[in-house]
Amino acid sequence: MTAVNTAKFSLITIAVGAVVMAFAHWVNVDYLYFASYTILQFIVLATAWNILGGYCGYVNFGSAAFFAMGAYSSVFMHKFYQVPIPVLIVIGAAVSGLAGLGMGYLTLRLRGSFFAIATLALAVVLQTLVVNWDFVGGSRGAYIIRPETLEFAGLTINYIEYLFFLMLSLAVLALITARTIERSQLGFGFATIRDDELAAEASGVPTLRVKLIATTISGAFMGMAGAPFPYYIGYLQPSSAFGLEYAVNSIAMPMIGGTTSWIGPLVGAILLGSAQQYATVTISSAVNLLIVGLMLVGFVIIAPNGIVGLVQERLRKWRQP
Amino acid sequence: MDISWDLLLNAIAAGLLLGAFYAAVTAGISISFGMLDIVNIAHPAFVILGSYIAYFFNINFGVDPILVSIIALPFFFALGSGVYQVYYLSFEKRGQESLRGLAFFFGLLFVTEVTLILVFGVDYRYVEAAYIGPSIHIGIVDFPLRMLVPCAAALAMFATLQLFVTRTFIGRAIMAVSQDQLALQLMAVDPIRIKRIAFGLSIATAAVAGALLIIIQPIEPSVGREYIGRVFAICVLGGLGSMPGTLIAAMLLGVVESITATFYGPSWAPAVSFGFLLLTLAFRPAGLFGR
Repeated sequence: MTAVNTAKFSLITIAVGAVVMAFAHWVNVDYLYFASYTILQFIVLATAWNILGGYCGYVNFGSAAFFAMGAYSSVFMHKFYQVPIPVLIVIGAAVSGLAGLGMGYLTLRLRGSFFAIATLALAVVLQTLVVNWDFVGGSRGAYIIRPETLEFAGLTINYIEYLFFLMLSLAVLALITARTIERSQLGFGFATIRDDELAAEASGVPTLRVKLIATTISGAFMGMAGAPFPYYIGYLQPSSAFGLEYAVNSIAMPMIGGTTSWIGPLVGAILLGSAQQYATVTISSAVNLLIVGLMLVGFVIIAPNGIVGLVQERLRKWRQP
Repeated sequence: MDISWDLLLNAIAAGLLLGAFYAAVTAGISISFGMLDIVNIAHPAFVILGSYIAYFFNINFGVDPILVSIIALPFFFALGSGVYQVYYLSFEKRGQESLRGLAFFFGLLFVTEVTLILVFGVDYRYVEAAYIGPSIHIGIVDFPLRMLVPCAAALAMFATLQLFVTRTFIGRAIMAVSQDQLALQLMAVDPIRIKRIAFGLSIATAAVAGALLIIIQPIEPSVGREYIGRVFAICVLGGLGSMPGTLIAAMLLGVVESITATFYGPSWAPAVSFGFLLLTLAFRPAGLFGR
């Protein structure tokens, strides 16, 4: 790998983000904003999942729960005291990050599979709580009227463009965070846990603390991805916030892209995300989820290192014939 | 608080019947997760598959759901053995079961659920049998046959399984492989073959559990997800792989859930199992009867 340090990487990522934003503003089609928002949201979710799953080797099945916590903390604030969306994102991050920390503290001291099982059950229980909580809409769901435009510094901004911009910034932030962690001491700590937790513990890596940091960061990003969601969708009901597609996609995307570096979830999210946008319009949404599931099973069996792994292997063979 | 005693007694009785059924759903997990250390989170999906097979033959040919499940046993056994073979070759042999193996089962869970949605739709389905409807009254307590028959079938299956693992050669080999795989190899027994049989057996129990499920309640494809938290809570509470422990833990969860549903409303019941799971993991990870 060529040496690109963190500062350079951040600048490049921000520049790419700015180009995407400028391009989207130039095209300026509402449908494009809506479709790309979903893909960006999946980039954030997949990257967040990978910080715990890919770097540490701990599987989180409850992505939907963390996502929904972010979304429902926004609904709560909408009814309680209205604040701008960037503040909601911070609140969503805090709520989901704390939930991640708590879950991790209770289950990460045990064998790895217990954490996975607990996250799986977490989604069911949180959904039960939300269905029974009338303040945030209960099982009927909650309406959030999205304004058409936003006034900011004398400018009138198309609201969906504003949401798109926020999610794009989150995606950039998530990628920079993931890549920074990868190259830092913390990232090496994560990798030792993934490879051999016992050996890591024996060599003095504070494994529990490192794992808790991972669950907190990962949960926080999922909450951030969920926070603007009620404004995007306009009508939030438990079954859409806790939708299975979030849990499945945030696992399938890194697994199909490749889990060992930041680029895997990005590739997976862009490929699967755009394919699903296309398939939802042309075929049915159930069929497209089936395809994602089959691809997940196929990739974990045949290509354990995902698309990135396949490309790396090809490059190596090409360089050394 | 003024507790109505007949309500409470009825709730406990219903909980015990429900608990026996939960034990049937958990039996497979006790074998795969408890004994073989395979985190088969797709187990509830296989249970739902069993329900739909019972539904299909019951509605089209009028066969009794429990009879259908007994006929389906060898097919589920073969399915389970096949799944284990794929799992072993792709993950266990390469030491990748913790991340990719879990993702594999998650994918299976998901594919099964979506396939059932595509084939049968998301409407609730139910079966017809003579014992669905009437109930027996003993004093002030009701025993609906709809619950009593699955309870009896579950207990019968449990007794058979317990006899199998403690009395037969293969059963004892399964217990042995859960304790020390290498030792088994030294005794000239192929541990992979034993694990394949055990996993096949665990999926076979899903056929019976599925038939019992559709007798108890109408089902749709995503019902299985509610059972994931439940079965793992029971399995952990019962002490991972102990059959009597599983039965007692299932009864306990059934009673607590039933009392919660009676006094606080049925929409709270799914949260009970999660509370159980978290409390067990936090305070007594070895389970109630663990060593």
